[in-house]
Amino acid sequence: MTVTSPVAGPVSARSAKTLRFRIYRYDPDRDDKPRMQDLEVALHANDKMLLDALMRIKSDVDDSLSFRRSCREGVCGSDAMNINGRNGLACITNLRELAQPIVLRPLPGLPVVRDLIVDMTDFFNQYHSVKPYLINGTVPPERERLQSPRQREELDGLYECILCACCSTSCPSFWWNPDKFVGPAGLLQAYRFIADSRDEATADRLDNLMDPYRLFRCHTIMNCVDVCPKGLNPTRAIGRIKEMMVRREI
Amino acid sequence: MPLARRRFDAVIVGAGGAGMRCSLQLARAGLSVAVLSKVFPTRSHTVAAQGGIGASLGNMTEDEWLWHMFDTVKGSDYLGDQDAIEFMCREAPNAVYELEHLGMPFDRNPDGTIYQRPFGGHSANFGEKPVPRACAAADRTGHALLHTLYQCNVAARTQFFVEYMALDLVRDADGDCIGVVALEMETGQTVLLEARVTVLATGGAGRIFAASTNAYINTGDGLGMVARSGLPLQDMEFWQFHPTGVAGAGVLITEGVRGEGGILLNSRGERFMERYAPTLKDLAPRDFVSRSMDQEIKEGRGCGPEHDHVMLKLDHLGAETIMKRLPSIREIAIKFANVDPIREPIPVVPTIHYQMGGIPSNVHGQVVAPLAGTGEAVIGGLYAIGECSCVSVHGANRLGTNSLLDLIVFGRAAGNHIAATLAKGGAHKPVPGDAGDATLGRLAALDARTGGERTQDVANDLRRAMQAHCGVFRTDALLSAGVRKVAEIAERARHVSINDKSRIFNTARVEAIELSNLIEAARATIESALARTESRGAHARDDFPERNDADWIKHSLWFSGERGLEYKPVHLTPLTVDSFAPKKRTF
Repeated sequence: MTVTSPVAGPVSARSAKTLRFRIYRYDPDRDDKPRMQDLEVALHANDKMLLDALMRIKSDVDDSLSFRRSCREGVCGSDAMNINGRNGLACITNLRELAQPIVLRPLPGLPVVRDLIVDMTDFFNQYHSVKPYLINGTVPPERERLQSPRQREELDGLYECILCACCSTSCPSFWWNPDKFVGPAGLLQAYRFIADSRDEATADRLDNLMDPYRLFRCHTIMNCVDVCPKGLNPTRAIGRIKEMMVRREI
Repeated sequence: MPLARRRFDAVIVGAGGAGMRCSLQLARAGLSVAVLSKVFPTRSHTVAAQGGIGASLGNMTEDEWLWHMFDTVKGSDYLGDQDAIEFMCREAPNAVYELEHLGMPFDRNPDGTIYQRPFGGHSANFGEKPVPRACAAADRTGHALLHTLYQCNVAARTQFFVEYMALDLVRDADGDCIGVVALEMETGQTVLLEARVTVLATGGAGRIFAASTNAYINTGDGLGMVARSGLPLQDMEFWQFHPTGVAGAGVLITEGVRGEGGILLNSRGERFMERYAPTLKDLAPRDFVSRSMDQEIKEGRGCGPEHDHVMLKLDHLGAETIMKRLPSIREIAIKFANVDPIREPIPVVPTIHYQMGGIPSNVHGQVVAPLAGTGEAVIGGLYAIGECSCVSVHGANRLGTNSLLDLIVFGRAAGNHIAATLAKGGAHKPVPGDAGDATLGRLAALDARTGGERTQDVANDLRRAMQAHCGVFRTDALLSAGVRKVAEIAERARHVSINDKSRIFNTARVEAIELSNLIEAARATIESALARTESRGAHARDDFPERNDADWIKHSLWFSGERGLEYKPVHLTPLTVDSFAPKKRTF
């Protein structure tokens, strides 16, 4: 009988392809300070994405290399890292597109826990601080609340965020004030709820962003738009919030 | 390191759809709850679900929960418990309305109601024709659902223990579960979390197979914990091969593509499902479609230079529909198959996707086991929900959109049951003196070992063995050889060693611990499969090609130790309606 196994080849079918890496390493349990590790890894025929190479390094070369990963298809947001100087998701970055040596560093600006794993606390705190949940005080109907397709379209480009942090950790304003500036991801989600026709807390949401830092540290640098692996546009969403802030003052 | 201690009313292990729906229900009851997760909650694999959540809202055409129930019973190949299925399908509309009230961004119809699409196995009027029952948010329904639940948990101030890996259950002399031992991944600290109630919501074990749609984290941790604790795993022989995983990559392409009108073609350009399932065609249940695809490939009508896959054609839907309803799978096809489905078909193969079996539980989510002469004794203090559980609502094969539904319905039901139970009063039971000793011993032994095999070498051999010996079509020869191979691999797994001995976020240690859970899940799967000498649902035997209702309408219960395999009857009697008697499954 035929067994359809998409994973090609037994262990012996190695591709000749070897890749060179320089990877940021830091283990607080043993290292005084971080270092860049040079290494090579022999890929298997099916290894196409950067994450495949990282898993190969971990299984075949150095099992101490630590990084977050889960879905391997670009939807969970676990494996965001700085790849040849640019933030991205390892699992949907094709190895063909990467110049060697492939330089991997943790996302910039956040404390490093170990190797490519950063402490995401400030990032998630900012997300939580915008009250990222539907606020509607009316008693819901027995069935669904109605929302027109046009109203629902307002959420496109907003709800798809996977909280990978590529955007906020590419933003100089967020680097300088991660505890005070909400950052592109948090502000995109703030707008997701402002824009939702079912949400009633717009005024409070705008009040919540009214200080010198939370919203207005955005200077339209637009690194966020450049790196978002899902093609989202935080700058545009932030622009809409700014516009609403201005309008209600006039 | 010594064992730290924390105490809560309830501990939930796993922050996917089921875990976070349960925690929401408990938060409303004012209980102290700790939700442990190996990953940040929104990374849980629920996020990857694409097509929709099934409920008979009837927004597009007429629909009834009884039809949904019939489809689910028939889809389960009559192995599902009909009382639990009735409960789930009756609750479904309310469960979906509730999600919408919580803010989930469903797609909408022109009249403002929730958009629904057709899906495999879902029919109107007991199999007459396809019915749009899958409530969808583009092809990101899991993402929308999981993020909405996380957002609500933020509002409810749920206490999450992020990047904590649960290692073992702690049970006392009465057999009651009094908590779990967990590893704080960031620091390497081990902790005993005492709880009056422990809820396992740890997902599936798809990573026992070489090709799967599953995330790396789906290693069956809850299953391993339960097996090591002497409790059984139910119906583990039933694994769903999703018809449309990207060939060569394994990434999922939703059944929703076929719901929107996509079709499967062989090398002759023939829509072959018309032959195998004249009524539902490409929207027959997944086990049916996967076997049909494999049959086409076996008979030489596969596509590509190796003739090893078939094609999923959707360009005829038009760019606008694809961009609006199926934007994520377009990206997946471009990234992983080098194909833009607006122009070309996607190469697909049946790929392991879902575990119908799991930890046996009842409709309240309580874990049950055959003890002291009773078939389904409740294990005190222990619940299981979501993919890791087996209620059983999916029986021998799950319909698409019923998993997201299962998570929400039983997450909520378990939450309600726990809240009601704890409200009656009572206190934490005393912790046994040796609590956690076995776990700490395992960890210490792992850390002390040097020169052993590498974890992933053993794990990859396990995956290859399962893929070869426990695939779409099974035989006694293949399964028997597989049982022997898995047993050998299980022995090898006991001696793996890791080079990384650091305490700080040691993922090599995590992977080695996960291997022990994968082994239990794999053993349960292949041993249960060898023993079931019939074909039913997703378990297809070339040597026993017919369904055998006289002997086999029963659930398998696999024990890790000497008890081996036992069985218990299927609940054929629903709660209020008439039973659906087993009939031959044609579509």
